[in-house]
Amino acid sequence: MEYNGAAIIAMKGKNCVAIAADRRFGVQAQTVGTNFQKIFEMGPRLFIGLPGLATDVQTVFGPYFVEPVIAGLDPKTFEPFVASMDLIGCPMVPDDFVVSGTCSEQMYGMCESLWEPDLEPDDLFETISQALLNAVDRDAVSGWGAVVYVMISLKFLTKKKTRYKRH
Amino acid sequence: MAIAGEDFSVIASDTRLSQGFSIHSRDLPKTYKLSNSTVLGACGFHGDVLTLTKVINARLKIYENEHHKKMSTTAIAAMLSTMLYYRRFFPYYVYNIVAGLDDEGKGCVFSFDPVGSYERESYRAGGSASSMLQPLLDNQIGFKNQQGVERLPLSKDKVVNLVKDVFISASERDIYTGDGIIINIITKDGVQEERFPLRRD
Repeated sequence: MEYNGAAIIAMKGKNCVAIAADRRFGVQAQTVGTNFQKIFEMGPRLFIGLPGLATDVQTVFGPYFVEPVIAGLDPKTFEPFVASMDLIGCPMVPDDFVVSGTCSEQMYGMCESLWEPDLEPDDLFETISQALLNAVDRDAVSGWGAVVYVMISLKFLTKKKTRYKRH
Repeated sequence: MAIAGEDFSVIASDTRLSQGFSIHSRDLPKTYKLSNSTVLGACGFHGDVLTLTKVINARLKIYENEHHKKMSTTAIAAMLSTMLYYRRFFPYYVYNIVAGLDDEGKGCVFSFDPVGSYERESYRAGGSASSMLQPLLDNQIGFKNQQGVERLPLSKDKVVNLVKDVFISASERDIYTGDGIIINIITKDGVQEERFPLRRD
């Protein structure tokens, strides 16, 4: 985990869910790239974040040294879903947020204070962004920008489409 | 953890003393009042904390008798640095934060490493939950990663409420933080103490 460095958070909101990751690719203290993809679209309204050994993140076959984060909306009910796993696949499915990566303590501190139930998509975006950015700023091996995905169920999107367009 | 305001400073600690998975005491504050304008926060190995605070208080008495005045917060911080570095090769296993008012009456916070390297700051979190508290202080007090916000001077009430919030968050995830907190508010009128309960599990 500390070899390449990473930070990923997933959070639940009201009829929406968000996942965010940093973009650094480094080898120990040396930064090699600043646009490394750690979140992958696995299907409609389903994303997976893979912090861990960068070579395993990009490999098709295991065993993998990654601690995945999963975020999505139920295909039928559009119920928000977040989960995280350890490297051998033991899952944790909480009803608020999950964090994974080298600065998990910092991310827990931020999420525990900033997160609240039933956040609207805009507020969820701001909350997860602030939680991630301030956490990685206190970690030497993650950071260099971030990507955030906010998933909103189409059922609830149609009414207020313009408001969320910029995401 | 400590935060400096315009004309006050706040230093708070939880009241749990633990070793490994067992709790020794639920009511042991880690803040020590050194004078009417200075409070020390010390954590790490409790035996060294006791010895260090004892020696500091003795040194303050000597200073008072020799100079017929109280030692200032900045002078206490400088003295603590030399005391810690004197033990460079057999250090006190203690992380210190000094909070108080400086010679001009402004709020000040000094943070130390165990061998005496120190720095004046406007806010600092220390101890087992520091990695959870510090990013939140960066965000809420340092206004880090925020654009277009007005940097208003901090009010005492806002600081005290923030301290409560971050300790509640820390006690949720850090098993060494809990039971209660003691908040010391240092103003020109002296040190005021406020207690607040935390989860006890």
